[in-house]
Parts: sequence; C-alpha cells; structure tokens
Amino acid sequence: MKISVDGLIVYFPYDYIYPEQYAYMLELKRGLDAKGHCLLEMPSGTGKTITLLSLIVAYMLEHPLDVTKLIYCSRTVPEIEKVIEELKKLIDYYEKETKSKPKIVGLVLSSRKNMCIHPEVSREREGKIVDGRCHSLTASYVRERHNYDESTPICSFYEGFDMEGREQIIPPGIYSIDDLKDYGKDRNWCPYFLARFTILHAQIVVYSYHYLLDPKIAETVSKELSKNSVVVFDEAHNIDNVCIDSMSVKINRKLMEKSSTNIQLLEKTVAEMREVDVNKLKEEYNRLVEGLKDAQLQRETDVILANPILPNEVLEEVVPGNIRNAEHFVSFLKRFVEYLKTRLRVQHVVQESPAAFLRDIQAKVAIERKPLRFCAQRLASLLRTMEITDLTDFSPIILVTHLATLVSTYTHGFTIIVEPFDDKTPTVLNPILHFSCLDSSIAVKPIFDRFQSVIITSGTLSPLDMYPKILNFHPVIMSSFTMTLARPCLLPMIVGKGNDQVTISSKYETREDVAVIRNYGQLLVEFAATVPDGLVCFFTSYLYMESVVAAWYDQGVVDQLQRHKLLFIETQDSAETSLALINYIKACENGRGAVLLSVARGKVSEGVDFDHHLGRAVLMFGIPYVYTQSRILKARLEYLRDQFQIRENDFLTFDAMRHAAQCVGRAIRGKTDYGIMVFADKRFSRIDKRSKLPKWIQEHLNDNLCNLSTEEAIQISKRWLRQMAQPFTRENQLGLSLLTREQLEKEEAAKIEQKAQQK
Amino acid sequence: MTTSSEDVLMQVSQVRYKKGDGTLYVMNERIAWMLDNRDTVSVSHKYADIKSQKISPEGKSKIQLQVVLHDGTSSTFHFVNKNGQEAQIKDRDDVKELLQQLLPKFKRKVNKELEEKNRTLQEHPVLLQLYRDLVITQVISSEEFWSQHAAEYTQAKKIQRQDIGVNSAFLADIKPQTDGCNGLKYNLTIDIIECIFKTYPAVKRKHQENVPHKMSESDFWTKFFQSHYFHRDRINAGTKDLFTECAKIDDQELKKELQSGINDPLVDITSFEDQTLDENYGGCNKSDKTSGNIVHQSMIKRFNQHSIMVMKASTAKQSTTQINQPQLNGSTPSASKVTNNDLDAGPKTKKRRIQEKITYDDLDTSCDINTNKGTPLNLSHVDRYLHGPIPGYGNTEPTSDELLITLSQLKKEASGWLCGNTLPRQAATSLVSPAAAVSALGELTPGGSLMKGFREESLGQLIPKDLEKELCNIYVCACELLRHFWRSFPPTTPQLEEKAIRMHESLHRFHSAKLKPFEDRVQREFSAVSQHLTSHLNQLLTAAYGKFAMWQQRKMQMR
Repeated sequence: MKISVDGLIVYFPYDYIYPEQYAYMLELKRGLDAKGHCLLEMPSGTGKTITLLSLIVAYMLEHPLDVTKLIYCSRTVPEIEKVIEELKKLIDYYEKETKSKPKIVGLVLSSRKNMCIHPEVSREREGKIVDGRCHSLTASYVRERHNYDESTPICSFYEGFDMEGREQIIPPGIYSIDDLKDYGKDRNWCPYFLARFTILHAQIVVYSYHYLLDPKIAETVSKELSKNSVVVFDEAHNIDNVCIDSMSVKINRKLMEKSSTNIQLLEKTVAEMREVDVNKLKEEYNRLVEGLKDAQLQRETDVILANPILPNEVLEEVVPGNIRNAEHFVSFLKRFVEYLKTRLRVQHVVQESPAAFLRDIQAKVAIERKPLRFCAQRLASLLRTMEITDLTDFSPIILVTHLATLVSTYTHGFTIIVEPFDDKTPTVLNPILHFSCLDSSIAVKPIFDRFQSVIITSGTLSPLDMYPKILNFHPVIMSSFTMTLARPCLLPMIVGKGNDQVTISSKYETREDVAVIRNYGQLLVEFAATVPDGLVCFFTSYLYMESVVAAWYDQGVVDQLQRHKLLFIETQDSAETSLALINYIKACENGRGAVLLSVARGKVSEGVDFDHHLGRAVLMFGIPYVYTQSRILKARLEYLRDQFQIRENDFLTFDAMRHAAQCVGRAIRGKTDYGIMVFADKRFSRIDKRSKLPKWIQEHLNDNLCNLSTEEAIQISKRWLRQMAQPFTRENQLGLSLLTREQLEKEEAAKIEQKAQQK
Repeated sequence: MTTSSEDVLMQVSQVRYKKGDGTLYVMNERIAWMLDNRDTVSVSHKYADIKSQKISPEGKSKIQLQVVLHDGTSSTFHFVNKNGQEAQIKDRDDVKELLQQLLPKFKRKVNKELEEKNRTLQEHPVLLQLYRDLVITQVISSEEFWSQHAAEYTQAKKIQRQDIGVNSAFLADIKPQTDGCNGLKYNLTIDIIECIFKTYPAVKRKHQENVPHKMSESDFWTKFFQSHYFHRDRINAGTKDLFTECAKIDDQELKKELQSGINDPLVDITSFEDQTLDENYGGCNKSDKTSGNIVHQSMIKRFNQHSIMVMKASTAKQSTTQINQPQLNGSTPSASKVTNNDLDAGPKTKKRRIQEKITYDDLDTSCDINTNKGTPLNLSHVDRYLHGPIPGYGNTEPTSDELLITLSQLKKEASGWLCGNTLPRQAATSLVSPAAAVSALGELTPGGSLMKGFREESLGQLIPKDLEKELCNIYVCACELLRHFWRSFPPTTPQLEEKAIRMHESLHRFHSAKLKPFEDRVQREFSAVSQHLTSHLNQLLTAAYGKFAMWQQRKMQMR
C-alpha cells in the first residue's frame, strides 16, 4: 500500500500495516530530516527491517541529494540474506505499483568464503584459508609474474573482472549473494571483487558490522563510501561488544613461537633477496623515504588486513628511518617479539596501561613509540616487496605488529593484562597477554562523525539511555515502541520458587544446591508436559548447563523429560549444535515435540529464531550475568565508572538483562505467533531487574505474574495456552494491531503514534 | 496334460508314489509325477499351492520327500534308485534343492496376498462378519467380496500406513529394579527391543551377528545393559566390550552427517559469522571455553546422539516409502525433484527458507493465516487418541457403550467426508446448526412428532443378546449389499447394468439364504416380536426389488 508518512509517500509492500510500524516510520523520518542519529527499539517480529527499508528507500528517492546511500549492517549471514530478500520484495512492489523499476542498485558484500566461485578455492570451508588462497592467485605481483611465466596460476574470474568489470555498471536491481555469484559466473567475473567495486556506487549496501566497525577491514572495504549515507545497525544490542572486539588483541605462547618462526623466515627471505634482487629492496627503501602513500601502488587484491587503527590516527608521515631498511625492521621485530616473550614469563597477574607498557619497552629493549606505530604498515610493505603469496602463514607476525601499532597509538581507553594462568585451572601455566579495548565508543566514533545519520535499532535496547552513554553519541531521536496486540500473545512469568517453596536462583551461592537443580528440573519437566511442540531453555553458561544436565541425569529428570519430548542440547561445537538444531526442528515439525537446552550468549541465543511451533515457551534458568571475576571485565567496569559515570552494578545488570531479553525474545517472531517466557530466578522480580526488560515485555509482566511457584506457573500457562490455541483471524486484529490504509488515513498520525509508543 | 510351454527342469526316475513306480518331473510352475509307462500325469502340484516340503530324517531306511499343500493334504515321494541309498539320497537332495529355489518365488506371491487378506479380516471384525455371512453362505463370490466390498479396507490400508515413530523415552522405560541381592533386573518388552533396533542399527547388527550362534538372547541383553554404551554417563574409551564398536559406528555416522553439511542456512551456526579474523583478535568473552567436565560433555553428546537417532529412525522409514510409491495420493513429484539436482537445489531451498521467514502472514491479504500444512495424523481410533486406552478394550462383544462410541466415531468420520478432509479431529464446521439438531432431537424423543406409534416397551428389552447380535450382523450384510445395489443406479454404462443385475441376484440370494431362515427362527422362538424385527429390513429389500423391477420394466419398454 501507498501511505503518506508526514508528507513523504512511502510504498509499503503489504496490504496492512502495524501501528508501531507506522510510528517507527514517523520517528525515523524525523531523524533523517534532522540529519542526526537515532536509537529505536521495536519488538522483534513486528517487521522492523521492512519498515526501515521502505521508509529509507522512499526517502532516498524523494531526496536523492540528501541521502545518497543506505548502508545496512546486520550481524549474521542469515540476517543479511533476509534483509536482501526483503529489499527485493520492496523493489518488486515499487515496480508493480509505479510500473517502472526504480534505478537502485542494492547488493550484499560478504567474505570471500561466501562469495568465491573459483572451482577449487571455493571448496575450502575456512574463511582464512579462502582469503589466503585468493590472495595467492590475485596479488598484483603474482599476476605480474604470470605475465612472463605462464605457469604461475592466477584466478580467471578476477582477470575477467579486472579486464571489463570496472567499465560496466551493474544494471539496477537487488543482488543477493547467490545472484552475484550467478552474475559472476555468467560473465566470468569474480563476484567478490565485483561487489567490492560496486558498493562504491550502489545505493544500498548490506553487509556485516565488521565491514564498517573493524578498522582492519573497514579501511580496505568501506573507506570511500560517501558521507551522506544513512547507516543502519540492526540487531544492535551487542554493538558495544563488536566495537571492543574489533580493537582488542590477545597473545599467547603458541602465537609467540609461531611469530618467531615467521621472523626467521622473513630474515631468510630478505637475505636471499639481498643476494638475488637488491633492486627491489632499494626501491622499497626509496619509496619509504619519499613517504609515498603506496595507495596507488597497492592494488585492492594485495591487502587483506589494513591498519588496525582508526583512519584518523594513522600518521601522515614518513616511516621512521630506523625501520626503513628491511634488515633493520626484521631485527626490530625480533626485539619486540623477544620482549613480549619476557612479558609472558610472569608468575603473577600484571595489569598496566599502554603508557606504562611503552615506558617499559623503551627502558628494556630501547624501542621507541614512533617506530612501533608504523609497525603494521611497515610489515605490510615488506610482505608485499617480498612477494609472499600465502599470507595465512604470516598471520601470527601480522597480529604482533597490529599489537605494536595499537599499543603505541592508543594510550587511553585500553589496558594490558597479562595472566599467567586461567582462573579455573590455576596449576596449568598458560600465559596470555590481553590488549583489551575498554571503550566501545572508540571504534564507533568515526562512524558517528562521518555519516550523517546512524540508526541503531534492535528488539531489545532497553534501557535506552545506556547506549548513548557507552557509545558516546547524542541521538536526536530515542524511542521505544511497544507491540500493539489483539490478544496477549506473550506470557512473561517470573518463577521464583519451586513446588516445595525453595527459592530458585542461579545465584552463585545456591546454584549448585541440589534442591535448586531439582526444582529447575521439575519446572522443565512440567512445562514439557504442558507446552506443545518446541520448548527452549537457556542457561547462564556452558559450565552451569553441563553440571545441571549431569545432575538431572542422576536425578532421573532426563528420563522424565524424554517421556514427553526429545532432548537436544547445545554444545560448544557449532557443527554438532547445528545438527542437533536441524533435528530439533524436525521433531517440532512432525509433532513429536522437543526440548532444546541452550546457553545465553551462545551462538543459538544470538542467531537462531524459534518462531511459532519451534518455540512455544522459553525458559530462562537464572540471570545470565557475565563471568564477573574476569579481569578484563573488571577493568572495563572501572573505566565505565570513571569515564561515563555508570555504576558497575548497573552495567552488569543491564548486560545480563539484555541477554535475557534476547533469549526470551527468540520465541516471539510476529503477531500471529505466541509464546511463554519464563524467567526462572527469584532475582528477576526485583525492580532493578524487571525495569530493565524491554517495554514490550514489561507491559505484560504484571505483578501477579511475578514470583510464582512452579505449580502456579503451570496453571496459568495451561489456561493461557488453551486461549491461544483458538483460531485467530485477521478480523480480530484489524483496527487494533493491524491497520488498513483507510484506517490509517482516518486515524490521526499522532494518535497512532501515541498508541505505539511506550505508555 | 503337460503343455508344451512348460520346461522340465529336472526329471528323476525310479520314484515311488503310493506303491506305484514312476518318474518325478520338476517343472516351471509345478511338480508332477507320472506312473511308468503311462502318458498322463497322475500327481501334479502347482508350486503356488505348496506350503512346504519335508524330507525324511537322516539314517532312516526310506528316502522320502513330502510336499505339504496349503489345504493340509500332502504327497509323499519315495526315492528308490537301484544304485543304492547314496544315489537315492542324491536324487532326493537334488529335487529338494531345486524346490528350495523355486518355492519361495511362488510362495511370496500367494502368501502375501493371503496374509494381507487374513490380516485385513482380523483387523476389521465387521468385515470378518460380513465375510462370514456373505462369502461362506455363498451369497457372493470371494473375488467379488474382495474387489467390491472390501476395497475400501484394502486401499485404505495402503494409504493409511503411518509408521509409528520411536518413543523418545524408550530407554527410560527400561527401569532397572533391584532384585534384593545386589542385582538389577531390566524389563524388556518386544516393543522396546524393536525400538532399540530401530534407533541403533549398530546394535541390531550386533544382535544378528551374535544371537543365537554365539550367545543366547538374554546374554546379549545382559551384556547390553552392562555396557558403557547403554550407560551414557561413562566414557567408553579404553574399555573393551561388545558394544564399544557400536559407539564408534554411531560416532562415525554422526561425523559423516556433520561433514555432509547443513543445508538450512538459518540454523547452520558454523557459517553465521561473516568474518575471517584470527581467533586471537577480539575480546575476552570466550573464556568459558575448554574448561569443564569431559564426562558431562560426552554425556551431553550422547543425549544429542540419542535424540538424533530417534528422529532418524522415524524419518528413515518415511523416505523409503516415499520412494516406493511416489505419487500415491496425488502428490506432485516436485518433492522428489529437489533431491535430483542437488546443485541447483541449494540456493533455491535456501531462498525458500528465507522467504518463509520474512513473510508476515497477517500483513498480506493473499496469505491465509489459518492454512494448515503438513501431514495429518491418521487415527484409527480417535477416541483412544483423545482419551487414552480404555480398559477392557479388545472385547469382541459389542456392548451398548461401544456401540455408542462407534456411532460417535461414525459421525465424526461422516463429517470428515463432507469436508473432504482427512483429518478427523479438524472437522469443526458444523453440519447441522445446533438449533436444528436440538429440535430434531426433540421430535425423536418419546412424545415428539416423529415418535408416533412408538411402543413404550422397546424391542431391545424383549430380545436376547445373541439374537440382537445376529440381527445386527444381518443388518450390516443387508446394508452392504444394498449400498452396492444402489450405487449401481442409475445404470448408465453396461458395467453398471451388469452390476445392478448381479447385485439384485445377490440380494435375492441373501434374502433366501440369510433373512428367511432368520425370520423363520424368530417366528418359532420369539413370535411376539417377529415381524417388528425384520419389517424394516423387508421394507428395504422391497424398495430395492421395486426399483429393480421398475428399471427392468423401463428397459423392456425402451426396446
């Protein structure tokens, strides 16, 4: 249908619209008009993606000069593919309604692993290997060598693309990964490099967070994206962790040994080259002296990982003299690696700031800050000069240089922690040096500065005021939408005690208590007997799940459970888990029913949806606090307290509750869906926990649903399930949680908005 | 008597049958014996008729071979080769072996059919009664019975075959009981064994290998329960027992499946991440890894494995049957196509899955929210499904309660027919409005307009149980015949005409062979209720006769 959102004509590819979708569009439009950043929370399953896409596409068509590009970032590959399918649907609808195809190019960019069509390389399963092999076939010096030595293998697809791909512009349309592959196969072009090239002029780009947030990747991929783009971070509830991860490095002994071998190899190669081909080294030296940004020399294929630091920190200077010479640089690296090795030889935990680290390194091995900053850049140049084809072998030393560059560039917001052993196994010596980013705003700051509108959205962003603080930005629009419902299709409950009135909680003191574990088991068995089809449970950690399952086996809970449903359990092996998941779905689909035990913060909780019969109930056993004894976490909490005035407990609770909400939210994926959400921990009923749940869940969590016993919860669920099993038609929804165009026009926008906003 | 087309596969002379010497012929389709110096076969058995063959035990003076027929009779051949006993034995064994090869071919064909029929009859008591009343009394022929009257049953069976999956808790059901003196007793039923075999093919193989040559059945299961394979909380490394291998086979199986990859992009966790960075980049959150209890982990793995195997056990069957009869009930062959071209199918199924996920049914007018997909559950006993097993079930004597239940089932079934729906419990749309039903019920209760002339003392109280049952049976037969009679009207085709005539005859035969004797008996023994009991039946028959007569008359006029 065609609707007017505050004067803007929006094509929405459905016949009906949810009120909250309309309200979302209104807010979004305001944000775009103001050219500012937005923070929007809308319940999962209310069609966030299509709402975003239809409004922004309409806006782009209406104001082609203000917004030239949409960069849509999502977390997982399936999410990305979903977005592109929705986009296809939208564009098809445009074509149908306006009788002409909008001149829009939209495409996905994914890693080589997903996009490669080279017959041999694409067969590799691991991303790193695909990258390495691709590089060994497409690097500029490899191709040069091929010019005089036919036997050097190259990739015909890249050659095809290089020959003609850049002249032609890909016809308007929406290209998913498979479409790009087909397109590439047709023309004999490499889809990956085609996509890399096309994102520069495409109107809509869909890719994963890393392509924008991780400076190592963003520098090569997203550098030239235009400034008046709109950036959307979907499923952004974890964005701070992505930011932190992209700038953190950890180093262990194995890695140090490998980098030593790398250095030896480098030494040898440099020496050989010195004998055989002095010119090349000289050339490189001269280039470094002149400080030529080797951008023009570098071809896109030569770089896999760029500088690990943010672009505005990269010094526009000449590489310092003492590492210009290849031999000097190698011995410089050697010194650095040896120094790191000594740092790993500790018996007690060390925590220090980057500044202290730099002072120490200056004192001990006389390495100054400045050459360290150029380390990553210099190594890249050296590797290129030496024409090394397989970069995967050199990843340890690359990592070390990245550490060098990072540690010498950032003195604030980072910390260095050396742990001689793992906390759980204090007898096993396994030293690790963590260089950890504490401030998530560092990585994301350039994005906020560079692009005119950044939209952060997810189903679970509550409490909303936390994100502007930890990401250090000022949104112009900050809003949370509820789910207008014709029937109460979600039933959140807090179960605080078992049938024997024993308080259940995953609190550290009681979590191993037999009574608590038994009561958890009983809760699960009773729910398995009551709830049809699929039932998903989340534990706070793998460790806890393992010990609980073992206890359940001894107590006979597992046997009881199997009488009702099949049992599947997430493991740390993701392939195994996938297999279990597939069978879980099968079991739900053929009516047998199944239980999936899973872990909050695990892969399942982050990326798999349990819509409709796949998840009629979600049980959250305990509050998923992060492992609080971790030193890195402690350092981060301290930093947050000092810098942003966020109390430790507030942050921990916020973090736990967003994961809990994420877990239980997996079950509801639409208004026709229904599901029970059980929070099985007494502590959930405290106001500081409850109030941090998203509004759309909180709304249904009345006081009479808090602190129930197992039996009471079962009674309520039975009644509710019977109610939900009744036929549910569109007529029931119309006007209430579903609007036709006429209704939309009749009712004032303000009213709808008010209804969809938090009450 | 031997036709030219028959090949004589073996000819053995000097075979005695009933004290006459002759020659035994083993032919394509039968075994025959001819007296010496005659040219007619005196004994001839088709292989299809032969149930089994027997030979005389070793060491007996007479070397004999006996063929037993399905009807219970048998023929014994005595081998009397003059070259002595060894030659006799050789003759006999040659024949035996040849027969051994030949018999099964025919046996299967016949047996299958017979068994099938037998089972159908046993499964459906009503049909059995009908068979008794109609075929044995020779109202209609056996072939006609099977082709016409029992067709629904035989066909229905083919369609309805829904395999029952494996109970997910079957291992939990084997509860060990202590027997008081440090021992454990496991109760195994055939069902459970079946489940174990279905779920763990490796155990089945072991069972086939070892039982009964190497160990007894009970030994096998004792070993099974003692094994680490059964007890999932132990690690099976190191120890050597019968089932260690099974665990390995299972593991390999699982690994194979893992390697073959997962074709559903939405659950393939391994490829969720679109990032190719080294694991050493990034944060701290994965500290949970590695540490943990290996025993627990392997147990969890076993649970998953068990569940996966249970699922496989129930899905494997389905896929094979699907291949066997791909287009049974109008199913499009598209499903099988997908498997053919794997290369193309990948992106397509992926796309379909994603599209499924992104559509919002309630936003789109073209989608109906309440469409129901998936295979419906075929239930033969809806009540048993809904209420659980009823005690004392299997009693063949139909009590009034059971009749009521049958009636209600019939109603459900009937409503299902009208909806054209195979799912009995979904037939929710009402056939009759409640108001109309209530008013009809009112009319049908004593005092209502439809109950005029109703006698207060009901017939049911006057007649004894066995008579009631007999009447019931007669009704069933009559209805069955009448149903087919009426079905042939209007007789538009020659076949239908023929059928009408045939059914008419059958009705007459039924009338004289069943109804008349019954009426006579009732007249003799229960004169008080005689005409009331059968009046309705007679009415029905008369109506049919009338119709037939009318039709015949018309036909005559047409000519």
